[in-house]
Formats: sequence, C-alpha cells, structure tokens
Amino acid sequence: MIQAILVFNNHGKPRLVRFYQRFPEEIQQQIVRETFHLVLKRDDNICNFLEGGSLIGGPDYKLIYRHYATLYFVFCVDSSESELGILDLIQVFVETLDKCFENVCELDLIFHMDKVHYILQEVVMGGMVLETNMNEIVAQIEAQNRLEKSEVSAQLVCLMPLPISPQGGLSAAPARAVSAVKNINLPEIPRNINIGDLNIKVPNLSQFV
Amino acid sequence: MALKMVKGSIDRMFDKNLQDLVRGIRNHKEDEAKYISQCIDEIKQELKQDNIAVKANAVCKLTYLQMLGYDISWAAFNIIEVMSASKFTFKRIGYLAASQCFHEGTDVIMLTTNQIRKDLSSPSQYDTGVALTGLSCFVTPDLARDLANDIMTLMSHTKPYIRKKAVLIMYKVFLKYPESLRPAFPRLKEKLEDPDPGVQSAAVNVICELARRNPKNYLSLAPLFFKLMTSSTNNWVLIKIIKLFGALTPLEPRLGKKLIEPLTNLIHSTSAMSLLYECVNTVIAVLISLSSGMPNHSASIQLCVQKLRILIEDSDQNLKYLGLLAMSKILRTHPKSVQAHKDLVLQCLDDKDESIRLRALDLLYGMVSKKNLVEIVKKLMSHVDKAEGTTYRDELLTKIIDICSQCNYQHVTNFQWYISVLVELTRLEGTRHGHLIAAQMLDVAIRVRAIRKFAVSQMSALLDSTHLVASSTQRSGICEVLYAAAWICGEFSEHLQEPHQTLEAMLRPKVTTLPGHIQAVYVQNVVKLYASILQQKEQAAEPEAAQDVTQLMVDRLPQFVQSADLEVQERASCILQLVKHIQKLQAKDVPVAEEVSALFAGELNPVAPKAQKKVPVPEGLDLDAWINEPPSDSESEDEKPKGIFHEEEQRHAKQQLPEADEEELARRREARKQEQANNPFYIKSSPSPQKRYQDMPGVEHIPVVQIDLSVPLKVPGMPMSDQYVKLEEERRHRQRLEKDRKKKKKKDKEKKGKPRHHGSLHTESDEDITPAQQVDIVTEEMPENALPSDEDDKDPNDPYRALDIDLDKPLADSEKLPVQKHRNVDNSKSADKEDVPVVEKKIKKPKKKEKKHREKEREEKGKEKEGEDLDFWLSTTPLPAAAPALEEPEVNAVITAPKEEGEEPRREEQGDEEEDDDSERDPEKKSSKRKKKKHKKEKEERSKDKKKSKKKKPPSDKAAEPVENGALDEEPLPPMSSYCLLAENSYIRMTYDIQGSLQKDSQVTVSVVLENQSCSFLKNMELNVLDSLNTKLARPEGSSVHDGVPVPFQLPPGISNEAQFVFTIQSIVMAQKLKGTLSFIAKNDEGSTHEKLDFKLHFSCTSYLVTTPCYSDAFAKLLESGDLSMSSIKVDGISMSFQNLLAKICFHHHFSVVERVDSCASMYSRSIQGHHVCLLMKKGEKSVSIDGKCSDSTLLSNLLEELKATLAKC
Repeated sequence: MIQAILVFNNHGKPRLVRFYQRFPEEIQQQIVRETFHLVLKRDDNICNFLEGGSLIGGPDYKLIYRHYATLYFVFCVDSSESELGILDLIQVFVETLDKCFENVCELDLIFHMDKVHYILQEVVMGGMVLETNMNEIVAQIEAQNRLEKSEVSAQLVCLMPLPISPQGGLSAAPARAVSAVKNINLPEIPRNINIGDLNIKVPNLSQFV
Repeated sequence: MALKMVKGSIDRMFDKNLQDLVRGIRNHKEDEAKYISQCIDEIKQELKQDNIAVKANAVCKLTYLQMLGYDISWAAFNIIEVMSASKFTFKRIGYLAASQCFHEGTDVIMLTTNQIRKDLSSPSQYDTGVALTGLSCFVTPDLARDLANDIMTLMSHTKPYIRKKAVLIMYKVFLKYPESLRPAFPRLKEKLEDPDPGVQSAAVNVICELARRNPKNYLSLAPLFFKLMTSSTNNWVLIKIIKLFGALTPLEPRLGKKLIEPLTNLIHSTSAMSLLYECVNTVIAVLISLSSGMPNHSASIQLCVQKLRILIEDSDQNLKYLGLLAMSKILRTHPKSVQAHKDLVLQCLDDKDESIRLRALDLLYGMVSKKNLVEIVKKLMSHVDKAEGTTYRDELLTKIIDICSQCNYQHVTNFQWYISVLVELTRLEGTRHGHLIAAQMLDVAIRVRAIRKFAVSQMSALLDSTHLVASSTQRSGICEVLYAAAWICGEFSEHLQEPHQTLEAMLRPKVTTLPGHIQAVYVQNVVKLYASILQQKEQAAEPEAAQDVTQLMVDRLPQFVQSADLEVQERASCILQLVKHIQKLQAKDVPVAEEVSALFAGELNPVAPKAQKKVPVPEGLDLDAWINEPPSDSESEDEKPKGIFHEEEQRHAKQQLPEADEEELARRREARKQEQANNPFYIKSSPSPQKRYQDMPGVEHIPVVQIDLSVPLKVPGMPMSDQYVKLEEERRHRQRLEKDRKKKKKKDKEKKGKPRHHGSLHTESDEDITPAQQVDIVTEEMPENALPSDEDDKDPNDPYRALDIDLDKPLADSEKLPVQKHRNVDNSKSADKEDVPVVEKKIKKPKKKEKKHREKEREEKGKEKEGEDLDFWLSTTPLPAAAPALEEPEVNAVITAPKEEGEEPRREEQGDEEEDDDSERDPEKKSSKRKKKKHKKEKEERSKDKKKSKKKKPPSDKAAEPVENGALDEEPLPPMSSYCLLAENSYIRMTYDIQGSLQKDSQVTVSVVLENQSCSFLKNMELNVLDSLNTKLARPEGSSVHDGVPVPFQLPPGISNEAQFVFTIQSIVMAQKLKGTLSFIAKNDEGSTHEKLDFKLHFSCTSYLVTTPCYSDAFAKLLESGDLSMSSIKVDGISMSFQNLLAKICFHHHFSVVERVDSCASMYSRSIQGHHVCLLMKKGEKSVSIDGKCSDSTLLSNLLEELKATLAKC
C-alpha cells in the first residue's frame, strides 16, 4: 500500500499532497516539512530509499523518492510494495505528466494542481497501484479532458441567447459565461478584453433594468 | 435591489479561478496569510451562490488551500453539492475535494450515500470512475456497508476501466466492512483470470494485500497463483505474486519446495532487477521456511547470496541498499553464508549514504561472535565519534547495545569491557537514548554478579564527574544514566571504595537541577549509601565520623525537601526526619547502624519482563468482579479538582515506573524473607556464588587519571574501552599459547595420529575463547507455573484482524451483502434470500457457469480433482494447473448452494425420496436438488472434500430458514417465492421471475426456470416472444425479431435449470404482457417429437422496482420536495398481521422499510429508471390503507393496483 504521495520543490513548497490515510492538515504540513528535511540533505547520487520518517507509519514504512530538477517526488510505502517497482512507478507518473503537459515544469504543477491530481488518480487509487501502462493512463486522461471540453462548449452554446431570457438569467448569465470562458483555458484570449467589454455593458444593463 | 444583483454578478466576473489564486498568493509573499484569509472570505461568498460553476470554482480553490495546510472541512456540505453536479467537470472537482478532506469523522458524509450510488450506476464510465476514486479515499464503515453490493456489481462491468477500479476499491470496503469479504470473494477470485491485464493486476493486488495480513486463509489460492506466475509476463503482477508467495511459504513448506525451481529459473532468466530482487527475496523466505526440515538447499542459498553480492557491489546505490536488506533476511537463518561476506558489510559501514550504513548496521547484528565483537564495537564507536546527525548516532548507539546484549549477552566475554563501552557512550551529546544505556547498566550490574564491584567503581566516577549533571538541561537524554549510576552505587554500596566521596557527590546542590525522577532515586540511594557508611564507621569504632556523615545528611537533605517534584519532596522529608532521629540516637551513643542497614537488607533478583503477566490466576478469583461498587458519576466529578497533581504525575509516569517497582520490590523482598523465614519447608539456597569473580589483570590496568584536553568531553578517570581490545588480545594470546602447549603435549602423546593435523594455530572458534570473567548470568525470574502463553504480542486493535476470515468455508445464508435491504427490516423480513433481486441475479450467473463447468468437468474429472485439492497439488510435480480452484468459488457464489451442501451428507443418508416433500414451495430449491441427483456420482467421488465442509458446517444449518422466518414473528410467514408460474404442460413446467438493476435503466432480466416433467429428453429449446413497441427481447446480434433465443442447455428427465433472458424496455410506467412460445424437441425411446408451449410473460410495474434502502432523513427530504404526485388505496377485510403484511409487500414488491411505528410504516423503492416510490402503509382494525407518492403518477396508480391485488389475497 502507498501511504502518501508528496511532491514538493527544492525549497519544500508543497506542489501535491496526497495522503491515503487521514491526517489533520497541520500534521500533513508537518509531515511534508519533515520529509523535505530528510530528503534535502541527501545527495543525488545516493540511494532513493529512506527509512523512518517518524510521522508516517512505523518500521514497516519507507520513503521512496526521486529528484527531478526542482521537484522531489516522494512516495511513502509499506513493505508490500516493491522498492524498485515504486521507483519505476514514479518515473511513469512523471513521464505521464510530461506527456499531458508537454514538457512539464514546476509551473505546470503550481498552476494546475487539480489536473496533476486527476493524472495521479489514474495511476494510484486509494493507495493501491491502479495502472502502470503509460499509454493507457494517457488515453484515459485525454478521454476525460475531451469529455470536459465537450461539456464546456455545450455550456457556451446554450449560454449565447441567455441575456435575453426573461427571468433569473440576468444575474447568473455573465458569471457563468465568464467561468465557462475561464474553464476553456485559452491563454491567447487576453483577459482585459473580456473585462473591457463587460465594463461597457454595466451602464446599459442598469438603465435597462 | 436589482442594481445590487447586477453588481453582484459583475463582481463575480472577477472571481478568481485557481490560477488567479495561485498567482495572487505568489504575489503576496509578505502577507500571504492575510491574503489567503481574504481569499477564503471570497470563497465563502462564492459558495453561497446558486450557480454550480461558481461553487465548483470555489471548491477547486479550496482544494489548493487544503494542500497549503488550511482546514477546509467547513465547506464539506458545499463539496457534496459540487459532487452531485450533473456535469463531469464539476463532479470531478467535488470528488477531488472530498477525497482530500473527507474522513470518518466528517458528519455530512452520510449524505453522500445515494449520490455515490447514483454515480456508480451512471451510464458514463468516467462518472463511475471518478466516484470510485473518490470513495476509495473516504470510504467509511457505513458507506462500505451500503455500497458494497453496488461495487460488487461493478466488478463485472463491461468496461475494464471500471472493473479494475471496482476491484481495487473492494479492498477498502473489506477493511471497513469485513462482512463483505466472504460474499465478494468468489468474484474477486474470478477477476484473477480477467482477460484485461489491468483488472487482473488489480485483483492480484487486492488479494496480495489481504493475504499479507492473514496468509493462511489464502493458501488454497496457491495453485491459481502458481499458474499465474508461470504464465504472466507482466512484471508488476509477477512481483506481487512472488511477494505473496513469500508470505505463504512459511505456512506451507511444501509450497516452498515447489516454488524453488521456477523461482531460480526466473532469477537466471529475468533482466528486470526489480523482479530478480523479489525472486531472491521469496527464495530466501522459502529457505527460511525449509531451514528446519531440509538442510540441502545450499545451492539455492549460494545462488541468492551470490546474486545479492552482485547487487551490493553494484554502483547503483539503490541496488546496494536492497542487497543489504535482503542479506539481513538470510542472516536470520543462515548466518554462516552471510558471515562469509563480512568484508563487504564492513565496507558498507563506511558508505557515504546513511540508508546504506543503517542497513549494514542491521547485518552486523548477526555477524558478531565472541571473537570479533570487541573489534566490531570498536569500529562502531569510531563511527559514533564521526557521525554528524543525531539520528544516525542514536541508531549506532542502539545497535551497539543490541549487538552486545543479544541472546542474553551471548557474545560478551568481558563485562568490564562492556561497562566501559557503556560509560564511554555517556559522552554522547544530545542522544535520546540515555535511558537505554541506563537500562543496560542496571541490567548488567544486577545480573552479572561478578562485575558489580567494577560497575560500582565506574558508576561512582560517573556520579562524581560533573559534566552530566552540569548539562542536564541541554542534554536531557543522557542524564538518565545518572539514574542507573545512583541506583547501582546505592544498592551495591558495599563495593564502594570511597563511599563518603560518592555520598558527597550525590548530595551536591547541582543535583537539584536534574529531572525529578532522577532526584528521587538519588534521595533513596543516598540513604542506602548512608546506611552502609554508618555500618562501616561503627564497625571501625569511629563514632565521630559516623556523626559527621549524619550531619552532612541533615545539612544537605533540605535542598531536596524544597523540590517541586512531589516524589522527591516526600521521600526527602521522610528521610530527613529519619536521619534527624538517628542523630539524636547517635548523640546518646546508641549504635544504630544495624537497624538502619536492615532497611535495605535482602537480595535483589531480576524479574522477567512478562513475569507479572504470566502469574496464573488462582482458581475462584474473578479479576473482573468489582471489589467495591464503582463510584457514581457525581462522585467522580468531585474528584476532578485533584487534577493539578495528576498532570504533574502523568508527565513523569513513564519514568517513575522503575522507581515504583524498586520500592515495591524492596517491600516484597521483605515480605518474602519473612515468609521464607517462617516457612519450615523452605529450603534455603546454598551460599550464593557472589564472590566468585577472579582478579583479572584488566582491573589492575584501569588507568589512573587520563585527561586529554583535546577531547573535552572525555570522562576523567574513565577507562577507555579501546584498551580492552589490547588486553583482550593479550589474554587470548596467552590462552592460545597455553592451549597449544597442551595440544603439543597431547600430540606428543599420540604421535601415531593423523599425519595431517589442522593448522589450528590461529583459527580459534568461538568456543575456544573462554570468558575473561567467570560470570554467572543470572536468569530472569518467572513466577512458578507461569502460563506458557506468547499471545500477548498480538495487538487487539489491529484493523486487519477483522479480515481474518476463512474463505474456503461455504457461504452461509446470513452472510450476504446487506445493501438491498434496509437495516430496520433486518429482523422483520422473512426469506430475505429472494427479496434481493440484484444479488440473486448476479448469483445465478455463476450457477449457469457452474453447470457448464460441471459438464466440462466430467470429461476431465481426474485432472480437475488434482487442481481442487491443495494437498494433492502440493504433493505432485507442477501440473499445468488445469482450472484449479475454480470450482469452489462458484459453489460459494450460489447463495443457495451452501445450504444444499450443508444438508447433503444428511440427505444422502436419508435417501433421495425424501427430497421432494418440501421442495414444492420453492421451485428454485427443487431445481438445484434435481441437479444434485444428476451429479450424485461425482459427489461421491469428491466426498473427501465434502467431509471437510461438513465438519465446518454448524449443525444448526438446516434450521436456519425457519428460525429466520419466525424469530420475531408471532405467526410464521409461509415461505415466499418471487417465482411464479409461466406455463406448464406434460413435458415442461416454466416458472419465472423478473429483476431489474439500477445499473441498467432500460433493461430487465427474466430468469426462467425450466423443469422437465416428462421422461423424455428435452433439447433444442428455443424461447421466442412477440416484441411490443415498448418491450423487446434482446437477441443475439444479427438475428431478426422473429428468431427465438436458444436456451443454452438441454434437460434430461426430471432435471430443471434456469435460463436468463434480457429484455429492453422503454417506458416502465405501465404493466405489459408479452406473448411467447417455447419450442423444443422431446426425445424418448419411441422417437422424437417437436413440441411447443405458449405463454404470457407478465411485466408488472413491480418488476421494474429495485429494492433500495433509504435513510429517513433523505426520505423526509424527498417527501417535502413536492415533486411527487400522490395517490392512495384502501383494502378491507385483512386479517394478516402487520408484520407479515409488511414483509410480504417488501418481498413481492421490492420495497424497503424506512421507518416503522406500531402498525404504520413508510417504505421506499426505486425504479430502474430512477423514479422514487414512497409508500405509507397504515393498518386499521380490518383494513389497510396505503398512501403512495411517486415521481410518475401513472406508475404510481399502476403500482397501487398491483399492491391492492396482493393485499386482496391476504
């Protein structure tokens, strides 16, 4: 069983915290800090296994980690997992991230923590390894992304005539439109244009009402 | 107002999304906390909006904040709202947040049950997937119980994506709801052979986790896993299986023998290091399990050790680490093979990597011998000096102590050396293990009598050296050794050279800075010391000196009387009074020494740690009985104010334990002495061998003062343990010489002996080294007739203990997933077997398979038997393991089957005629019995297996059904069956039942039991119906609407079997009747005829309902929602009891009881298309009225008609 998966950067800032056993938030942070201090003082050319973070589990547990550029990927596992297997799994996870984000870097993890979680969910479920085949993982992620996109565009289409709709629509519509646009995540649409447009509408609307 | 609304919505356009939030936090590095609290306020506003998109966005941001350590449990309800969004985008956000912050204590979690169930049965696989993933993180015992059945259904989902998730989550369900393990296990086992590798891997994963905790229950799966191991190419699966075998072999050595060969093959062939490593590991486990029986596996051990050496020598640190790890496992049973690689291990001790050093340390434990202990410890001590981190140093310290103390100090030949090692260890700064050193000092001093004198001299030096006391504040850990030092000096004060000096040292003002529990020991032992000095002085007739000592005590003790520590204060003031009294007596020249030392007279014996626990309870003593009645609650509240002191005591509770023991011991010692003295039968022990120690050169060589300023921490006057190395060598050398001399003499005598004598000059074995001191290691005392129980090691709170379930036992009737019935109904419902349509449906499938399987089985009977019997499998060479163990789970899967199995032996004795008398009431049962006849022959062959199950079966099995029916009923209900007659002629009788499933909103399954009533052989059976617009028979692909569906079996005379047909349905609000025909060929001795049987299939509205439990709060919400239309009926002239009526309606109409008050009950059910149906049933004198509410009025009125018909029959 995998007890926890932690991703943090060289300064110990958490980028992904996934516990498969309940810990209160303060303890979680404490574990992250402690784990960070444990791995930080280790050179890159020494082994990737660490025993006894005192907070997680007992002697049965091990920390298995990999260090990529600015990020540490740490898995806390018990003795039922193969150490080398987990190292491979971390590699699979990171390569999957790389595929999904196209050249993943720390910034991707910072701004898309939710997506990283969704990817992780296809690899590990409830502390148990779900899938190790990267193609399968990527295929499922993409299918879910497509599903999400189709929902967003469907929402956009149905939103078009909304401002004219008789009641209730007025207050809800713009917000929904905005969040819909946001959800598409199109970086090329500059935000201020939206705001500019909408700003102009404000006086109109109040007059209309 | 309107303006405000608009303004609100405009504001929301500036709502931050996750990216904005992250950016914002990054831009507010200085006042991050303030910024985030501002954001949380915004989020709270957003959560108040009705718009689900806004809410989802807010929840998404909360998930991010949760990662940063903010508690978001206050938003739990909003998270549930987002979880229940219809859009996948939002749903996924909701489930993610829930998986991060929900736990068993989350109170709203029970509101999610129905939502999760809905998502699990969603047509979109990703909705289902996301719900499964989320649930895997926050499943609670309640959720597990309520959803187990739904998840179990998903294990057979068409999509492998869902299947593998459902399989994996079952492990979590088992953990939370162990009762589900037995019913679900057959299916789980089935998944081991799933065509999809992902599902297979998931099943292996789950079973491995289960088996790791309770391996013995999974031994029967060994053949199956063996087959997988030899056939699978997936390294993940292989690794898991091989690990599993590692857990199984200790239980079944024969399994190990079987494994050795394929595993060694794998070791030779695989290129994957991970697999190689696991193979080696399991081979080691096998060897360990075999070690007692078969010593001739040296080739395998050599192979392992050799492979591990390659790993350890690898430049990859990871492999090196793992190699050492595996090595330590071999060490336990085959220390010789590992000791050959001592060089390698010692080399690893110098590795720059701490993990590797720690592993090497573990190995050292097994590598020490009498010969090399001193040398190894010396090396470790040098590491202690060099070690930079305290954790590693502490680890070294514990290892040194472990190594030396292992097996009752087996390898320590010179305890003076050991004591000086311990003393040297006290120089460690900031260690947490002061108490460990202290415990060792005490242990050695108490148990090795010969060393006491030396120990006392060292301890008095320790007490004298100020560095420990001085820095007690910073080095809190190490001052613990003073505890031991003080006690040893006090207890064995007769060995002290300069008792007066030690006494002064112990009374220094600085002592008061020590922790309370140490001070307390000081105070106590100061008196012991004082007593012995008094005695000395009085014997030497120096009354002035004695009075001086008393004066010293009177002067110094008050500092302890002022102590804040209660224990110290109490002891000190007590003793101070005593000493003052002595002073008065001394002033009168009364000799007191005798009486004072009598306070501490007596021998102290070590007591085994578990001795107390093992004292047998005398007969007639009930330890649980109250001696005095327990105080009432109010009294205990009165006691609370005492807490001021309690707290103080608790803090030191742990540390004070030994003290209390010591006092206790002293008291007991006295009592025992008294008793022994008064007991004429007590045989006094022969004079103790206490003074038997010899004067060894080691004692004289203790250096006088050796102050080395470069090492400021060195304890002055302490002997360096290093010197013992030299001494030891010298000593051994002398011994060798002596021995050689003797040998030479011998050899001279037997000159005609073997010409080639072994060059034994420098290959001394352990036995050759005689200990430096004649030590008698006192063994620990155990109470007389101690109970030989070692079970006290088991942790009763182990969550995995609940999963220790025998899986081979046939499934009992009571063991079913409870999902389809409501908790409230548990005891009121009868024959709950058949009111569980979903369960039943599922369960019948395997039955069909079983049937097929049995047919196949006949052909390969011999083969099959081999697979079935684990003993047999293990006793032969590996077969291709043909369908092993497949048989049994399927028998288990049929819920009714175990019952038959249980009855079988009895029935066979009674003869088959008796079978029919009660079978009429249950065609289902009858059918299976008939089937049994057919297989009687086979059964006899397998009777060996059955005997086993017979034994396991509780004798009450046959009575199970009536008990269940009538347990709480005044009048027992007649047995009910949901099967009703479809059609019948002289050849065949058809009964049928219709079941819907929440997972498929437009399908129902019709199970038809076909029973051959003739003496002809029926074959080529084909069932066809005239489809209506609404209801269509699902035919195999490519066949037209006029084609029938073939029945997948033939019926010999007197046999019955069940076939299932799937119908697709559009609208379910109306009942339907379909005309159909069963055509078949009847063949007997006279020839064959083509026959037909027409029937009408009645799809009642009831058959679209699925029993679904509902909580009363959800039920109330549903009724209040106002979405439901209402209607009611009333039926007169009913005499049946309410209880039975309720049971009947629940059973025949698939309802579950929500609440019941007297003769009034609310019930709930759900149609396969998601209509809610709520009923309120009230019973009057002779009438029953039912009010119904339903999302569809037509459905409701039709349902009520059907209910009326049922009631009219009552």
